[in-house]
Order: sequence, then C-alpha cells, then structure tokens
Amino acid sequence: MRSDSPDLPDWNVSPSPPAGELEEALLAVDPVRAGRIIRDACAASSPVSCIEVLVIPVLEEIGRDWEQGRVALSQVYMSGRICEEIVNTMLPPGCPERTSQPKMAIAVLEDHHTLGKRILLAVLRAGGYEVTDYGSGVTVDGLVERVTRDGIEILLISTLMLPAALRAKEAIACIKETMPETRVIVGGAPFRFDPNLWRETGADAMGHSASDTLATIRAMAGAS
Amino acid sequence: MTGEVTPAERTAVTMGFEEPDRVPLFLLFTIYGAKELGLSIREYFSKPEYVAAGQMRLLKKFGGDCLNPFCYAASEVEAWGGEVIFSDDGPPNAGRPPIRRAEEIESIEVPLVEESPSLLFGLRTIELLKREVGDDVPIMGSVISPFSLPILQMGFGAYIELLYGEPDLFWTLMKKNEEFCIRWANAQLEAGATAIGYADPLASPDMTPGDLYRRTGFIVAKRTIPRIRGGVATSLASARALPVIDDLVETGSIGVGVSTFDDLAAVKRQCAGRLTVLGNLNAIEMCRWTPAQAEAEVKKAITAAGPGGGFVLSDNHGEIPWQVPESVLLAISAAVRKWGEYPLDRVSI
Repeated sequence: MRSDSPDLPDWNVSPSPPAGELEEALLAVDPVRAGRIIRDACAASSPVSCIEVLVIPVLEEIGRDWEQGRVALSQVYMSGRICEEIVNTMLPPGCPERTSQPKMAIAVLEDHHTLGKRILLAVLRAGGYEVTDYGSGVTVDGLVERVTRDGIEILLISTLMLPAALRAKEAIACIKETMPETRVIVGGAPFRFDPNLWRETGADAMGHSASDTLATIRAMAGAS
Repeated sequence: MTGEVTPAERTAVTMGFEEPDRVPLFLLFTIYGAKELGLSIREYFSKPEYVAAGQMRLLKKFGGDCLNPFCYAASEVEAWGGEVIFSDDGPPNAGRPPIRRAEEIESIEVPLVEESPSLLFGLRTIELLKREVGDDVPIMGSVISPFSLPILQMGFGAYIELLYGEPDLFWTLMKKNEEFCIRWANAQLEAGATAIGYADPLASPDMTPGDLYRRTGFIVAKRTIPRIRGGVATSLASARALPVIDDLVETGSIGVGVSTFDDLAAVKRQCAGRLTVLGNLNAIEMCRWTPAQAEAEVKKAITAAGPGGGFVLSDNHGEIPWQVPESVLLAISAAVRKWGEYPLDRVSI
C-alpha cells in the first residue's frame, strides 16, 4: 500500500508456492516456462482464482522490484506481455468475468510515448481486467468527450512529457465537473520525478508502476 | 585562477580532474530559447539563426558555461523518415516511427548527413555558434546511441520485443545505427562542436538488465565511441548510472550524465579520475522551486561532487523545461558562483 494513494486496503497476499518460479521465468523472459507454471498451478481452480492468487501477486512483486531498482523496465514490459497472452487464453476478452468490472479506459494525453500505456494495459489485462484503449496523442477535449460518452468509472492517464502531465489537470477538472464519480489515476515519469505533482492535477491516485496501479484499481473496483 | 578564465578552460580543467576557478555550470537549453526570442517552438526551430541567437542570449542571461545546439531528439529519427509532432510548451515529439515491422530493418537505408535537412540544420547551428564563441565556450554536440535510437525508430515496445526475440535483426539494426551515429557525431565535430553527448538511456539498469546490456548496448558503445573523433560523454537521460559506471568507462566515454535518483556522492567516488560527472539537478521539480530551494539544491550537489574537480553542475536529463521560471535559473547561476568557487571552503564537506 502506498502512502500517497487514498485509503486503500492491503492487497498483498502471501505468494503461492509456484510464485517464485513464475517470477523467475518472467524475468528470464521465458514464455514457455511461464505458461507451463501458470497452467499447472491453475489446473485445479477457476481462471479468476488463479489470476488472483498467482499472476497478480507475481506482477505486483515485479513492479515493486522495478521501483526498488532490482529489475529493468524491459523485464516489466515483457513480464506483462507474457502474462497478458497467457491470461487471454484462460479468460478471453469479453467473457463475463471481465465485463462485470467497472468501466475502465486508458489514454496517453497529448503525448505520443506509449510504452507506459502498453505496460499498464498488459498488466491490467493479465490481471483479468477489461480496459478500453483510447490511444495516444489524445486531446483534453477528446478525452473528456469519450469518458463522458462511454460512462468511464476508472480513467488512467499515462504521460511521459511534463506538458502532458500538466495538461492532465485541465482534463481531470472537466471530467470531475460532468462525472464527479469517475476516479482518475495518473502515472508516468513527471510524477515520479516530482512526487507532489499528481496531487496538483486533481487525480484520485498516482500509479508508481503498473503493478502499483493494478493494486489501486483492485481497491477502487472493490469499493465501487 | 582569475575571473578571466573562459568557460572552455574551466571545463577542461575540471575534466582533467583538477579544480578550476569554480564549478562549471551547463544549463542545457533546447526549447527555452524560443521563449527568450518570443517565438513559438515551431517557428524557433525553423531557422538555425534563431536557435543560435537563442543560445547566445541564454548564455549571456544565465551565465552558463556551454552552448547546446541540440534541438530535439526526434530530429535524428526525422532523418530516417520519422515524423515530428510539435507542441506549444514542450519538446517536439517523435510521431509514427519509420520502422513499422521488424522485417523492414533489412531494407531500411542509413541516411546520409548531407542529405538530411534536420541534421544539416544542426550542423548550421553549430557553425553559427562556433563563429560567435570560437574556442572560448564548449559547444556540446549530441547523438542518440545506436542502442537507444530504435526507441524512436520502432517504438519502445516493439524494440524491447526485438531485443529479446530477434537477435539477428537486432544486430542488423545496430550495424546500421552505428554507421549513422559515427557519421553524425563526426559531422558535428567537424562543424565546430567541442564534444559529443551520447544519449543512451537503455544502458541504465533501470531500462535493461545488466547482463543483457553487457551482451548488446555495451558492445555497441565500445564499437561506436572510439570511432567518434572527439570527447564523448554518455547521458542516461534521467535513468540511474551508478551500477554501470565501470561499463561506461570501458566504452571510452569521458563523462557521464547522472540521474537525480542516483546518489551523486557515490557516483563521484565511483567515477573518480575516470569519468567527469554531470548532474544532477531535478529538472522536473525545478519548475516549482523557489530561488531559495534552487540555491540549496546547487549547494547540495556541489558538496557531494565538487571536491577535486571532475564535476559539472547540470540538470539530470539534458534539458531545462519550458516551465522553469527565470528566477530559478538566475538563482542557480548565482548559487554556483556563491558556493562553487574553488577551493570549496564555504560548503560543508
């Protein structure tokens, strides 16, 4: 649980026995071994339960390791992509377990650097969540219009450049005016370099990493 | 030393790991010159004369010790056929990448400097600056490393997947990028650049695991840097440098740009006598500093890395954001003069 995320329960769970092995396979970027570990571990349970007790905790651990400087961003990215593909075979997009979740969307605001969004999408989808991808270079007006039209309950704004991070404030103010119940999470480099910046945007939380954002969403989704 | 020391002399002394008259200050302005000239960023980057004029005004106004003809990272990928997207208050972005499928690596041609308008723009800017300052002020040329350029050539995600999954295509691309990087760096040196900044964020363990870097980007850097006919300082563009300092020394680099997330004193100890340390003011937080905070941050950095030379005060990324108030930059400039005079008796060491 992060000190700058609002009132979130601790979602950390004790790692299941194959968790260490899965983490090792993911960090070694070995999709075959990772797939075998997940399938073996999940043979006796439902896909949702398997994701909850194995995939999500391992991705969260990898995210924490990245924040601590113990693993590289390329490993975080590949871990998310591998898990996303495996989970898609267990829990195909559009299946009832996914569609019953809060309506979520992600956008790269007025910026064209998409790695953060791609990592987040992979991790959230690997966590069993359905997320609408609004793409990159999204304008403030365009974002407000789409969020309102789609009735988005949790919005993720990814940024790399400082001007985009500053523009998030304008977008969030407009969204909160028309849809005050919509929760907004911001993330990206400017918010890491200036830990107080996210509060100025009016966002409900900041995602320090993809897995940190996943934990925040689990809390928000549980509360909604 | 006297007050007549030129910025070039000051920088040369510190890069020789001796103490000059004071700590050199590299304020690496890119888009900020547009603000100074009252132009839009797009207009500013339409003529080399504007960029040169902007650099000269900023040099005079804020009293830095270098000129930075670098415009924006996307100008390199523009030469490869990439697109540039301008912003009103931020650096131009790279748009759609020129390599859209990994197989295109085989056929993509290495651009020639003399046929690339965006690179010729950079060379002309360097020539204009050289005419203004001669050998008195260092002119920092810059290249994106062959190992990191594919972030813009392909998109970050696609490149990471190439790095892990397509070694043959990866090395084909590296060969082409090395050829391009060496030509582009040497053209800048011939135009009048004093040294070259080698931007290699993927060398950081924040981005690439150390063992993978040693098998890829490290080899690329060792093949590339020695063929650049001038001094090369490696910048990891805000990513941490400390764990790879020994590797960077082996590449032939003579300096390193340090992240605000690095322990500056530890980096200095690790670099001692081998690499000059540049850094590491937080350029994002800088936007909201007060002048007093700016002074405190300058003093802290000088205390950590100033003793013995081998240190240039700079930001941690290589770009002063548009949003940084002039009052903060003036405070940084005043603080380096107040606290950075050698011997460093006034800072607590």
